Amino acid sequence: MADTNDILKVENLKINFFTRKGKVYAVDDVSFSLKKGETLGLVGESGCGKTTTVLGLMKMIPPPGKITGGRILIKGEDIIPLSEDEMREKIRWEKISMVFQGAMNCLTPVYTIGKQMMETVQEHKEMEYLQAKKRIINYLNLVGLPEDIIRRYPHELSGGMKQRVVIATALFLEPEIVICDEPTTALDVVVQAQIINLIKRLKKKLGLSVIFITHDLATEAEVADRLLVMYAGKLVEIGTNEQIYGKRGPIHPYTEKLLKATPRLHEKVEELSFIPGTPPDLVDPPSGCRFHPRCLEVMEKCKKDIPSLIEVEPGHWIACWRNTND
Amino acid sequence: MISEPILKVENLKEWFPVRRTIAQILKGERTWIKAVDGITFSINQGEIFGLVGESGCGKTTTGKLIMKLLEPSEGKIIFKGKDVTHLEADKLKEYRRNVQMVFQDPYASINPRFRAQDVLEEPLIIHQMGETRAEREKIIRRALEEVRLIPPEEFMERFPHMLSGGQRQRVATARTLVLSPSMIVADEPVSMIDLSTRAEILHMMKTVQRELGLTYLYVTHDLSTARYFTDRIAVMYLGKIVEMGGADEIIDNAFHPYTKALIAAVCEPIPGKSNTIKEVPIKGEIPSAANIPSGCRFHPRCLYVKPQCQEDEPILKEIDLGHQVACHLIS
Repeated sequence: MADTNDILKVENLKINFFTRKGKVYAVDDVSFSLKKGETLGLVGESGCGKTTTVLGLMKMIPPPGKITGGRILIKGEDIIPLSEDEMREKIRWEKISMVFQGAMNCLTPVYTIGKQMMETVQEHKEMEYLQAKKRIINYLNLVGLPEDIIRRYPHELSGGMKQRVVIATALFLEPEIVICDEPTTALDVVVQAQIINLIKRLKKKLGLSVIFITHDLATEAEVADRLLVMYAGKLVEIGTNEQIYGKRGPIHPYTEKLLKATPRLHEKVEELSFIPGTPPDLVDPPSGCRFHPRCLEVMEKCKKDIPSLIEVEPGHWIACWRNTND
Repeated sequence: MISEPILKVENLKEWFPVRRTIAQILKGERTWIKAVDGITFSINQGEIFGLVGESGCGKTTTGKLIMKLLEPSEGKIIFKGKDVTHLEADKLKEYRRNVQMVFQDPYASINPRFRAQDVLEEPLIIHQMGETRAEREKIIRRALEEVRLIPPEEFMERFPHMLSGGQRQRVATARTLVLSPSMIVADEPVSMIDLSTRAEILHMMKTVQRELGLTYLYVTHDLSTARYFTDRIAVMYLGKIVEMGGADEIIDNAFHPYTKALIAAVCEPIPGKSNTIKEVPIKGEIPSAANIPSGCRFHPRCLYVKPQCQEDEPILKEIDLGHQVACHLIS
């Protein structure tokens, strides 16, 4: 998978939470790469490790969690050995930034938008007040907000406007990688479409590389160039937009099921299919393939041996015994 | 499926007063948030009726009005031929036994200190159903089986934290079923639930509905589940119904520009769209219900606005059998 275009490369990332119940294998041996100017979609059910993976990329895993193995290379530089101070000064928000899940509801209600954004600038860059203000206005315009927003308080803004403010703040220090964690989940459909369009426009204009997390495969089809499908802390399928949504469709039974459970507006179906059961407890993940207890095509081998990612066609990787003959 | 309407809503309004300034009080001015502003529809026995719209369009308020959690400012609600717009306490209790509600958030709607059994027993005690404990337990067991929490004995003892989101929503549905209601108001019952389980819950609710001949009012912002789940859909915008008709008809032959915009905005799992900007034929965001635009309330966001739209308010007109639209574009 080595490529000089890779702006971000994750190798065998392992994140564990050390809880009283035991060691939780939240992210287990995850490897992927992000190319320059690409949107990488990360999908899976809740609790499968999507958010933990990207928090790992920011080195912001809350205790009792810890990165216990692997490498995270941003433009060839491993950030795992870096200290917290170095992360804050050099990496976070300057090279890689994040729109957190529900961030639009976490704006401080007692500060104006301008003041909150000013805080971010002053924390990171030495800049004259007026210059910083000009820059804030620039970025607000860039996300489609008028100038007078800087004097407004969060309660005066709609959900869509708050999400735009959060996106502007994430872009502000000119990062090359932006992670968006469920940026459209709490929004109405029309606003959702507007935010997705905004992210696409910004990506093109600023040459960003984006990691877009959602549990909705339909949303992902609109934004992602390539998809990572995660289940119970492991990547089960990697494929391009065409490979996953195209005629052949996904190959891993989990992705296949997930796609079938996604309602389609323009198709009348009598019965939507679903995946019975729930994702496993990651303190004691199932042996072999972690999906085997919920898989309808389970074989004896699946219960014993852990499948690894195998390339079945150029750029399309799956971890499944059923579909990889060896 | 076509039979007597079980519920009829006529020109229903809910206006909330806005706090006034001293100047306004002295001048005697009053302003209102017109959350629901004159809606009329009827739901047939055994039908699933969907109420669709963006947040702030008044769909949840309508659900609450029908549940009688709010007193309407104007209009009428007729349930099984009886006027239930204003009810006294004892009649209200009787009405609520017949009309039950499933709430949006299964993490907040169930008491964390109750076992599933207690959650289901409480309504029975309140409504004095089931003489003995054993009898109540029988009803509870049947309701749990109905929502596919099998074996019921295992789930009865569980506290909410021992249940997944989907299982909680099943318990919430079972709680409504113990009273054997004839109608259930479901306010976004799957929006907090993972996509993989969403289909499962809707499937369960539909099976229960068919088996018990229930009527649902399904309140949602999600058109794609509405198409799958409902028989008829009403699209609401700023307190008014703008389009109403059969679920397939509304999605395939939408007429109102607002409905069309909602449909265009829905994401679909089709390849090759990651590099194109999606055109959604609508401007701006939904205005506040305290300050409703003149004429057609959709006109400031409409791409096909005519001078007439700014002055006259359109009324619902039938354009096809059972398909009603409120828009001046109908010639």
